[in-house]
Amino acid sequence: MSASDVTAGPVAPVRAPRPVGAWFRLLRSELRLVTGRRRNQAGLLVLASVPVLLAVAVKLSNDGGEGRGRGGDFLTAATSNGIFVALAALSVEIALFLPLAIAMLSGDAIAGEANTGTLRYLLTVPVSRTRLLSVKYAALVIGSVIGTAVVAVTGVVIGGLLFGLGPVTLLSGAQVPLADGLWRVALSVAYVAVGLSALAAIGLFVSTLTEQPIAVMVTITVISTAMWILNGISQLEWLQPYLLVHYWTAFADLFREPVFTEEISRGLLVALAYAVVFGALAWARFGQKDVTS
Amino acid sequence: MTDLAVATTGLVKRFGGHAAVDGIDLAVPPGSVFGFLGPNGSGKTTTIRMLLGLVRPTAGEIEVLGQPIPGRVTAVLPRVGSLVEGPAFHPYLSGRSNLARLDAADAWADPRTSRARIDAALDRVGLMAAARKRYRNYSLGMRQRLGIAAALLAPRDLLVLDEPTNGLDPQGTREVRHLVADLASGGTTVLVSSHLLSEVEQVCTHVGVMRTGQLVAQGTVTEVRSGAKASVEVETASPADAAQALRGLGLVGVEVTATGARADAGDVEPERVVAALVAAGVGVRGFAVRRPSLEDLFVALTGEGFDVGE
Repeated sequence: MSASDVTAGPVAPVRAPRPVGAWFRLLRSELRLVTGRRRNQAGLLVLASVPVLLAVAVKLSNDGGEGRGRGGDFLTAATSNGIFVALAALSVEIALFLPLAIAMLSGDAIAGEANTGTLRYLLTVPVSRTRLLSVKYAALVIGSVIGTAVVAVTGVVIGGLLFGLGPVTLLSGAQVPLADGLWRVALSVAYVAVGLSALAAIGLFVSTLTEQPIAVMVTITVISTAMWILNGISQLEWLQPYLLVHYWTAFADLFREPVFTEEISRGLLVALAYAVVFGALAWARFGQKDVTS
Repeated sequence: MTDLAVATTGLVKRFGGHAAVDGIDLAVPPGSVFGFLGPNGSGKTTTIRMLLGLVRPTAGEIEVLGQPIPGRVTAVLPRVGSLVEGPAFHPYLSGRSNLARLDAADAWADPRTSRARIDAALDRVGLMAAARKRYRNYSLGMRQRLGIAAALLAPRDLLVLDEPTNGLDPQGTREVRHLVADLASGGTTVLVSSHLLSEVEQVCTHVGVMRTGQLVAQGTVTEVRSGAKASVEVETASPADAAQALRGLGLVGVEVTATGARADAGDVEPERVVAALVAAGVGVRGFAVRRPSLEDLFVALTGEGFDVGE
């Protein structure tokens, strides 16, 4: 064929990328997208409602009696100090509500974008797949922190309103000032968020496998619930140290003096291992994936 | 490196055992408006996805703006605007927020000019008034316009528009045509795919025609059209004699029609045909040389009917 008579040099001025600034700009956009979504706001309300329910129930039962089941120790303590409502709520929500929230967010991350077709437009902007995945994961980590923090902050506030706040009597019997107690709550939030972030890495990987966000949500909920079930079967003790959720409740050790660090450090290591393995799998899978949605 | 805006060699994509794209050598010259034609399912969109690095080729090579794809895809794509297989945006965000999201994703975009560029893009596609409306409330035509606006957020050397007029009313179709012509006159190369010829025929300098994964024709519009055979038609009361005379000239494809006779024109000049008819005593009521429209050609190349290639 004849070469065209029209010879066009580049008309688009050469633009220079700003790798670091752009990474944060995309992260901000991602966070706006996630937090602006009504469904996610409703999810936060659900997370916040649990400490309120717990505190009101304890207040109404009026005796603070022997707490049974998960969060029991903390609930008993709640009548003397509202700060423990936060810990009771974390213990309760860590089993289902918080993992469910992570499952939902990780479903949106890649599978959701693929499902609405926006993934192809992000990639052709262009956003390199590694950059997109890293921003998506960062947003999930921040989501874990926000979800956990909402539970704890609501717990402290409602506990404070109903039972008052004061010097904190630790599980080991020692008493520390309120500020120290609040600091330990903040550390608990961070610890729980690390565990959830590891779950989010699994979620991100599953999210690269499908175009159905619901499928991701179900898969991650099933995985976390199955791990809790396995963790409760005493015959499977050999397996339990390898389960992601096994050490999740170890944040209670932060409320001892001195702090028991053994379980917590193991918990952090297991979480790191899960995050690295599934993060790498997600990266390997997403990097090669044909985007046909 | 080639001088072409888009060049592929032996490009193949198989999904399972089925070759969606089966060894095509696409050549889109810079500055051209290249109509990428073919019926639904002929492999246009898969080809476009490969050009944009969304899908990895099974075999073959791709160069876009002189750079290999997918190897240098993030270096090339800032200069490429695209609309692939219809618009897709977050339904619960407004049109403007959706563009802001894409702009925020662009590492090459200057955040300080973001607002101005988004306004300019919205304005260019006539969506200013609906900028604050949620995308889910947009009509199909508005969605299509927003998709085009997204492709225009930054200055581009190449625009890849896959079915850009899908869902637009005739008015909108015309606007898109003007927009394409306008962009092309500014030096941007435009690759526009379509299964509708009428919209492409008027703006394209070049065409490529796909059929079941293969590129069956490619070149300037004139080149491709000249590949089609013209035919001569005689209107007469004595079709049989006319047909006889046409055969006598060595023409092929002679047929008797309801009103006369026709034949492929071949290399014989029309005036000789008329002379021969008159000499044979055929009463000529009408005579015409018909060049097929691009549409006839398209149908001839791609087949008629609804068969979607496997």
